[in-house]
Formats: sequence, C-alpha cells, structure tokens
Amino acid sequence: MLVVAFVSFSLFNFVGDPINNMVGEETSDEERAELRETLGLMDPIHVQFSRFVVNASQGEFGISYQLRRPVSELIVERLPATIELVVISALIALITGTLLGVYTGINRKGFLSDLILAVSLLGVSLPTFVIGILFIYLFAVILGILPSFGRGEVVDLGFWTTGFLTTSGLKAIILPSVTLSLFQMTYIIRLVRAEMMEILQTDYIKFARARGISEKSIKYKHALKNGLIPVITIAGINIGTLIAFSIITETVFQWPGMGFLFIQAVQFVDIPIMSAYLVFIAFVFVMINFIVDILYYFIDPRIRIKGDAASG
Amino acid sequence: MSFLKIENLSVDYPMRKETVNAAKNVNIQVNKGEILGLVGESGSGKSTVGNAIINLIDSPGKVSSGSVILGDINIHEDQTNSIKYRGKKIGLIFQDPQTSLNPILTIGEQLIETIQTHLNYTKEEAKNKSIELLQEVGIKDAKKRFNNYPHQFSGGMRQRVVISLALCCEPELLIADEPTTALDVSIQSQILDLIKRLTKERNLAVILITHDMGVIAETTDRVAVMKNGNLIEIGNTKEILTEPKEIYTKSLVSSVPPTNKKISRFVIIEKDIKNNLENNIKILNRWEKKQITNKNLIDIKNLSKSFDDNFFTENTNNSVMAVNDVSFKINEGESFGLVGESGSGKSTIAKMIVNLFQPSSGDVFFDNICITKIKNKTEMMKFRKQIQMIFQDPYSSLNGRLKVKEIIAEPIRLHNPSITNFDLSDYIFDLLDSVELSQNSSERYPHEFSGGQRQRISIARALATQPRLLVCDEPTSALDVSIQAQILNLLKDLQEQLNLTILFISHDLPVVRQMCDRIGVLKEGKLCEVTNTEDLFVKPQHPYTKELLRLMPKIESIYR
Repeated sequence: MLVVAFVSFSLFNFVGDPINNMVGEETSDEERAELRETLGLMDPIHVQFSRFVVNASQGEFGISYQLRRPVSELIVERLPATIELVVISALIALITGTLLGVYTGINRKGFLSDLILAVSLLGVSLPTFVIGILFIYLFAVILGILPSFGRGEVVDLGFWTTGFLTTSGLKAIILPSVTLSLFQMTYIIRLVRAEMMEILQTDYIKFARARGISEKSIKYKHALKNGLIPVITIAGINIGTLIAFSIITETVFQWPGMGFLFIQAVQFVDIPIMSAYLVFIAFVFVMINFIVDILYYFIDPRIRIKGDAASG
Repeated sequence: MSFLKIENLSVDYPMRKETVNAAKNVNIQVNKGEILGLVGESGSGKSTVGNAIINLIDSPGKVSSGSVILGDINIHEDQTNSIKYRGKKIGLIFQDPQTSLNPILTIGEQLIETIQTHLNYTKEEAKNKSIELLQEVGIKDAKKRFNNYPHQFSGGMRQRVVISLALCCEPELLIADEPTTALDVSIQSQILDLIKRLTKERNLAVILITHDMGVIAETTDRVAVMKNGNLIEIGNTKEILTEPKEIYTKSLVSSVPPTNKKISRFVIIEKDIKNNLENNIKILNRWEKKQITNKNLIDIKNLSKSFDDNFFTENTNNSVMAVNDVSFKINEGESFGLVGESGSGKSTIAKMIVNLFQPSSGDVFFDNICITKIKNKTEMMKFRKQIQMIFQDPYSSLNGRLKVKEIIAEPIRLHNPSITNFDLSDYIFDLLDSVELSQNSSERYPHEFSGGQRQRISIARALATQPRLLVCDEPTSALDVSIQAQILNLLKDLQEQLNLTILFISHDLPVVRQMCDRIGVLKEGKLCEVTNTEDLFVKPQHPYTKELLRLMPKIESIYR
C-alpha cells in the first residue's frame, strides 16, 4: 500500500504544474506563489509525502484542483455508481461463466460447446470499448430498447444513491454491466472448462464412478466443488480488474462513476483525484485478496489444516 | 458353478492409426470365497480386464465383444445394468490411495453418499453403518475420524478408507487393482491380511490385480497370467508358480528375485537377450582398472540432516530429523545396500553423499577426504567426477529435449573439455555397448525408449565420468520384474568388470539380497544394524529387521 501511495504521489507530483490549471492567464507570479504556499506545494518532498500518507489514511486527499471540492466528497458521491456496476457485472461474469464453463467442460464435443467457445474467443480478443459501442449501436440506436448513457433515475438513500429502484435505472445498468462482464466471463468459462475436464479424469472421480455414484452427483458435487477452488482465486483478482476496466466502460456509457471521474481528472491534470483514485484501487485489490484468502480457508480443507498447525 | 464368468472378453482402444487390443478373448472364472490373482507386466491388460468388468473403460476404449456374467445375469447386456452394479454388487479398489478419495469431502460424506445411492438408508442409519465399517477395516476412533478429510489420513489408513468405501454396500465381488503397490511392506501386509480376512468373513469373490509375485504367492488361491492382452495361463497358484507350463510364465517366475537364497545371476529365459560378458572390454581400454584394496572408500561419521517445517523460524521443535546420527563405511569394490521404508531417510543419505544436500551435522569422507567441507568449486568437481548417481524414475531423470549422445556427452565434456569430437563419439559408442544398447540409439531422444532402456541410458551417463562410486537410488522400482532382472544383471556385470563400488538403495529386500555384500537397515532416520547380507537374512539381530523380513511377501511361501 505504501509503495502504491508513493508511486501515485510522486508520479503526479512531478507531472505538470497544477497552479497553471487552476488559475487564469492574468494571475501574477506573487499570487501564484501565495497559492502554492497555501496548498503546501513548496514544502520538501518528504514532508509533502508524509502529509499525503497521513491524510490519505484518514480518507483525506485534498481539494480537487479542477472542481474545487474535497476529493473525498467527490469519491463518496461517485462510489455507489461504480460499485453497483462492478457488483452486477461480477455476478453476471461469475454465474454465467461458471454455468457455461461446466456445460462446455462436460459436453466437450457438442455443437453448442463449440459455439460458446467461439463466441468466448471474441469476448477475449475484442477490446471493451468496441463491444460497448457495438452494444450501444445495436440496442440503443437500432432497437432503441435500452438507454445508451447515464444511470437513469436514481433514488437517494442519504448515504447511497441507487439505480436499482427505478425501471430506468435498472434498464440503464444492463448494457454497461454486460459489456464490463464479458471479458471476465469468457475468462471464467475457459478456466472452469479446463478445470472440469482435468478433474473428470482424476482417480477419485473414477473411484466415485466405480462406487456407482450417480453421474449428476459426480459432476456437480464431486467435480464442480474441486473445480471452483482456482476460480475463486482468479475471480478475486478479476474483481479488482473489473474496477480498473470500468474506466473504459464508464467513459463509453457516460456512467457517472469513479472511472469517469478519473478520466475527466486526467484531462485536467487534476492530481489529487488521480492519486486518490490510484490509492483507492490499490486498497480494493489488497482487500479483495485478503477476502479471497479467508474464503480459501472455508472452501479448501487442506489449507484449514495447515493454518491450524501453524497457529497451534 | 462359478460366481463370476468372464467369457471371450475383448477391449479395443481405437487410435488414430490402428486399433490397440488391450484385452483379447479373455476367459476367467472366479468363485465365491476365492482370491484370484491377475498378474502381468505393465501393458499386459490386467487393469483393463478389471475395469472392463464394470464397464469403466476410459473413452475411446470400449468392450468390443464378450460377456461378463455375475451370478446368472449378464451385466454387459445392458449398459444401465452394469452401472447399477457398480458399488452395489461389485466393489473396486484402486492403486493409489492418495488420489482415489475426493480431497474436499470428508470421508463420512463420501461414505454416506455411496451408501445412500445403493441402499434405502436414512442419513442416521448410513452414518452408523459407515462407522461400523470403518471399525471393521481397522480405523481407530472411527466416530471421530468420520468427519476427517482424506489428507488427514496416512497412506495405509487411506487405503483402509478406500476399502471401506468399496465394501460399504456389501458387494459380492471385489476387484483390487494393485491395492498395495504404493504402500510400504508393513502396511502392505496389513492391507493384504485385511482383504484375506474380509474375503473369508463375507464370502467375497476377489480379483487381485498385481505385478508382485510375492503378493500373488502369499495371498491368492488361483492365478491368471496375462501378456499383451492375452491370457497366457490360469490355474492353481501353487501349480503356476512351481511348474509353469508356458515359457512366458517361466521367465516371469525366474526373474523374481528369490528371498531365500543368493543367486549369481538372474536367469533370463527370453531368447533375444545375449550374454554380454564380452561387451565391456572396449570401455575397459579407457578405464584404469582399480585395484581392490579393501580400504574404506566412503566413511560416514555421525551424519544428521533435519528439515525445518518452517523456513523462516529456527524452531527446532518443528524440524523433522530425516537422518539421525548415522555412521557406516563402504569398502572399495563392494556393494553396500541401504534398506528402509518410505521416510526412513535412505534417499537423503544418498543425496548427502553426492553433495546435493548439505548435512546438518556430521561428515562424509571419500577416500579419506571430507567432502562435505569442500568449498572450492574445482576441488568439488574432482569428487563429483568420482561419484555418480542413478535415479529411480528413468522418465524424469533424462532431459527429453536432448539426444542420447548429448545426454552422455555432457558429463564427459564437463570433466574433460579437451576431448576431440571423434574420440567423444567413439567413447559414447563404447558406453552404449557396455549397457547393451545399439550404436544408432545415440541419435534418438529419450521418449523413444522404454523404461528399462532409459535406465540403461542413465547408467551409461553415470559411467561416462569413470566414477569410483555409483549411487543407485531405487534403480529398478519403476520397472517390471523381467526388466528389473536385466538391469540388475547388468549392474552386477559392470561392477565385476570395472571394480565399481556401489551404494544400492532400495525398499525391496529380495533385490537387495541379490545385489549387495553388506546391508544397512534404516528406520526413521536411524541406522538399526549393519551386517553382511547373508547374516542379515539368516539371523537378523535388530527387532525391526526381523519384522521387515517376516512381512516381506515371499514367493517361496508357496512351497510350504
């Protein structure tokens, strides 16, 4: 975390002069210097950095140069949109990905499996924004059934704004979330498929067959449970990636989330927002990996024993 | 009237180029209360027959003809029939207990599921029955262990769980496919006793598939010998082992190392093996023949090695003593055997002698120089040249991307950089000759060779540096008996002609008896006794040695 904080701090601290963006052409040099002083930009680097870390740990990232509002406030405002988008697309990716993966893993030679795999190849190779634009063209322009941008109507719950409670909000989330999930989904399909194929060859599946256990139980209880272990690892890492990818999707669909905020910030060299965003993403990655490790403990009994031995 | 009748069973594996007949018109009958041994070397189709009985042949293989009649019912007539019989009427045990249980389900879950699949039991009844079964197969604390996962059991215990799973719905036929091959002798005899006991108590019909003639001799009533998918001979175990009619059975029986006497060479009956006594003369031209001096070549003093469980903390409570205060000497020109069960530290000692591991304490002296303290690289090279190693698995110990000549040339070049290309290839040919491989094999890659031939390549590579000491770590345990006999003959001949000193590591007592002059017995990292081979087998001193000898499956037991 500290390393990421330093990188995000230093990278942006030496790129461009924020004062130039904040003030107009006719501001005098004295006024500029004064502003620098108040923003703390004249202090030595290490002082600036330690201030940055202390503030960041309290959720304080300074004031946006561009919008002149506290960054933390901006992030809280934009956070629900991104979280909703990411959660929905993660669910889509996990559920459909696993289902299709199991299907193609079991029915290896069927026409439908070949079709799914061919389409999934498209999902891997086409960049997100192309898919997004294609979706907008198809569903919003030609068919006109789904909105092409924005979140639709949102309901404000005080601490959280949600699009789930209105029809237009629900409609609006379909296209961006499907677009976002497509890449992960194809990834999971292939992973689950490979895992299922491998596990169905193992001795314990053969032994289960020899005991006369039904095919259904073998596939969905014995094989799938084993096959999901690596999927959870990948899925954990990928939820982080989803947030990162959401920059592109949010831009394509004009989704008022954090990624969109970041892109706007980049255009204006708005350093506090950019560094806050980077630190936030790093934090999410660390948290997700932590959660995945804990999940492992519950899913895989082999790890549980090692953990017990180490602690006791 | 036999309980199980296999009639004209054939199994085909259609390949891209041709169809492989894994079993051809096999006819076997098994009675209740009888153990039938199915014996053969790898690729003989013995497992195929076992799996074909319950229609468990991996695709693309299929049963192409024949019938399997259990009681009065032909279970191959209807696909659903044979599946219904799996587990219920026919139980199957696989070779490797490490992989035949699902790692993320408790053994209780696996037992209950199997019982409920076949019998109309409630969960509670199924649980009680499973606990009874676990007790029956000899698992202590069955109630507690019921909720354990497979990895919490040792290998032998896992095989017991597997047996309980195979028996949980009271099948009438049990097929055991190499049930003890992955286990140590002491556990092997327990598992075999268990199978024998259950056969009697439950009046089971048992098919025991194995390659181990000792197991066959001690366990089975009748035996069927298979080769290349054909049934060669079937009959009473005693008759087959003592008076085999077919040539193949004769050669199979004669390649098994006898446990009760030492023989000078294994009798190889197959005709295409020529006598090789002349072959090593060429390589001798380059070899300075060593004088047998009877002095110590290797002197090991208080050698210990501990492996820490935890890499970061030096917590000695957690560490495992793989080798614990071991001292012995090997004389020049003799072959010294190290025997012990898995985990006894025999391979660890070998690796410390060839300096792949650093000992935690103690020293290894080679020719009176302490080689564990050498820091200088060029000094070390001198010793590496004189000590060579042959590993257990001939499949992973040869680099698959190199041609045989490159594999053998590498150590020669390393220790003699100035050798000319002509001289080098000449030397490689001589080496190949000495291990009875043809010269044109030098241009081929390891995957084109069989296991026994690969082990010959390993030996040629080890001989390339003209070592004084050859460390053989289970050199034949991955091989079939007839191949094992050839390799052991080869090693004996080479030793005789080159005056090699051999450290021979094995878990197989009969093999060690044939190969070694003196033997050290290891148990849990400690040396129990070191003595002359014949003394060890005739009048063992240490109780552990006695135990090992008692449990060793003996092919001669059939004469009793």
